[in-house]
Amino acid sequence: MGFSLISLSLLVLILPMVSFLVLAFFGKKLPRNGDWFSTSLLFISLFISIYIFIAFISGGGSSLSVDWINLGSIATNFKAGIVLDNISCLMLVVVNTISSLVHLFSIKYMEGDAKYSRYFAFLGLFTFSMIGIVITNNLLLMYVFWELVGISSYLLIGFWYENKAPQEAAKKAFIVNRIGDIGFFTGIMIIFTFLGTFNFSEIFVGVELGKLSGAWLTATGILLFMGAVGKSAQFPLHVWLPDAMEGPTPVSALIHAATMVAAGVYMLARIFVMLSADALTVIAFIGAITAFIAASIAITQNDIKRVLAYSTVSQLGYMVMAHGIGAPSFAMFHLTTHAFFKACLFLGSGAVIYAMHHVQDIREMGGLRKKMPITFYAFLISTLAISGVPLTSGFLSKDSILAATMAFASENGGITYIIPIIAFGVAGLTAFYMFRLVIVTFTGEPRNIEKYEHCHEAPLVMTLPLIILSVLSIGFFYSSNPLSADGGWFMNMLKAPESLLAGTQGSINHILNGEEFKEAIHHAHYPAMFLSLCVAGLGILFAYLFYYWKKIDVEKVTNSIKPLYTFSLNKWYFDELYDKTAIAFTMLSARVLAWFDANIVDGVVNGSAFITQYTSKISGKFDNYFVDTLVNLAGGFAGFFGLIFRKVQTGKIQTYVSFVVFGIIVLYFVFRVFI
Amino acid sequence: MEVGLNHFLILSTVLFGIGLYALVSRKNAILVLMGIELILNSCNINLIAFTRYGGLGVDGQVVTIFVIILAVAEAAIALGIILNLYNNFSTVNIDEVDSMKE
Repeated sequence: MGFSLISLSLLVLILPMVSFLVLAFFGKKLPRNGDWFSTSLLFISLFISIYIFIAFISGGGSSLSVDWINLGSIATNFKAGIVLDNISCLMLVVVNTISSLVHLFSIKYMEGDAKYSRYFAFLGLFTFSMIGIVITNNLLLMYVFWELVGISSYLLIGFWYENKAPQEAAKKAFIVNRIGDIGFFTGIMIIFTFLGTFNFSEIFVGVELGKLSGAWLTATGILLFMGAVGKSAQFPLHVWLPDAMEGPTPVSALIHAATMVAAGVYMLARIFVMLSADALTVIAFIGAITAFIAASIAITQNDIKRVLAYSTVSQLGYMVMAHGIGAPSFAMFHLTTHAFFKACLFLGSGAVIYAMHHVQDIREMGGLRKKMPITFYAFLISTLAISGVPLTSGFLSKDSILAATMAFASENGGITYIIPIIAFGVAGLTAFYMFRLVIVTFTGEPRNIEKYEHCHEAPLVMTLPLIILSVLSIGFFYSSNPLSADGGWFMNMLKAPESLLAGTQGSINHILNGEEFKEAIHHAHYPAMFLSLCVAGLGILFAYLFYYWKKIDVEKVTNSIKPLYTFSLNKWYFDELYDKTAIAFTMLSARVLAWFDANIVDGVVNGSAFITQYTSKISGKFDNYFVDTLVNLAGGFAGFFGLIFRKVQTGKIQTYVSFVVFGIIVLYFVFRVFI
Repeated sequence: MEVGLNHFLILSTVLFGIGLYALVSRKNAILVLMGIELILNSCNINLIAFTRYGGLGVDGQVVTIFVIILAVAEAAIALGIILNLYNNFSTVNIDEVDSMKE
């Protein structure tokens, strides 16, 4: 059983790669540019991963480890392997579901694009890389796939590279991710230095034995988290994600829901057990800050995709925060539910953009509900889910996290109360801006009549993914109890392993013992639910007051808080800040280095070239005059004597005989004289 | 005056000198050949003289006969060569036969 599951998971890994290779090399030759090929491969892959998931639930996990690289001694024996446990099996299904639906959706959305087959090839590569991250059992391989995700996101974000904006966005995504990756890699190196292994289970054993502890362990945790900060778009590296909207919309759905941003959260879930209390504190606060900043930006954005992008950043903040407070299973739960409703929202926005002929500004839309009913209802269900309205999946997962934040704060007290406050505030903001989006886009009077007239419901290949995803956003699938996921099959399946450092004391909090924490969450559950319903209801109410019933004049409100409004509209000036600081500094140092290169290095190079030239000139002279003279002299000498002696060689025997006789006579006298 | 060994030796030396001169100075191949014959015969005279006056016994005469036979054979071959030479070059002047010279 174990082996067959492993080989099936390998198949799941390889199928998207096959799709990539075939489309990359033969895409243009295949009928319909091969879209059916990659889409069907992805659906096969999806069915296999569903099978693996079911087999896992009924039969338990398995893992495989084989020798990968041997370097010298046994201590540097790298192993590659696959681990199939609850989170990797779950992620296989999530990634493949989203990816296959995105493939299906893209068939229509990308229709007629010049690089149609290349687009599907990149999707395959992207999916392959993400599945690699999910199933690998060691950090080094994860890093390899991590970078593959980076490059494929670069390719997809910059897919329309003919235009300036996608180029810039792709570059930004790649570079910002690199900053996080440096930390991630340093963390991996520290682990290898201390423990001599990349394998997760071996690392955990080493940490349990105390080989890596104290400040180093905290540093490692934070450095590894830096990787997640980059990939999962956490503050302060969140700036790439909204710009990544420049890619095709289905790609945004893929990036935001299942791949890329999920990688960071997933990685944290993998390494959760070895994170120290201080590292977790940092993670929790970064997550909370991210959630708040992104939500505050999202309320003022006018681009439909940008609102969704910031909502993604905000929800990712929730997940990271859930890790930080010690509830990785809630983070994974929210990751799953979020993946489905966020993919639905993005694909829905894709359908809207498609119908509106690539208009993305929500101020141009309005009244689309009548034209696109299916899209509207799918979008609405997902919006309810992300806002945390009961009976939806988002309600269950978000509520769990909110309850956990309350439990966390009540256990630790003091400054940690900031986290639940931010969490609840953001929940309200989320409900507000999501309903603002729905109301402005789908209801009221059409603002752009001309576009509106041409607008029509999306075709079946686009609405089908929307329907599937919105159905998956219903809470019933995750728990039979509509008010709590606790005790449902999904949470039972997601049971996270106990932290290896449970009970240790950090500077402001301590890692909670599992049972104790669970008890606290249980106590916090109903108050948290009540509160979250209140803030979500308030958010929705305000959204209706502002935009639907127009009881409150939006203009007036924005004018009265003009500075705050522009601050939010300009995304807290993060881009400008980075422009002025990090980028300016980089550019300055680049210029200094360029100067150094142009003047010092080039000077040295030119100087040495000059010296070489000069010495070679001298040695050339020496060669020409001295050596050549010697050689010519020797040649002339030989020639001179040759000229003399050739006279003797007449070729006439008689001359030779004369010489012989003469010689004999000479010899005779010589012998006479000397002997 | 008694004719002694010295007279024979002088005769032989003179003959050798004439032969050598012919060998070196003549351009006609036949004359060169005749020079060689003279040298051989001067040698024969030496041998006979030493047979008569020295203690060589019959050895000198035997060698002389060998030399005569050798000279005959040599003359036959040499004349053959000269005939061929004439056939090919229409001359027996050895200075003109220089086609193998570069």
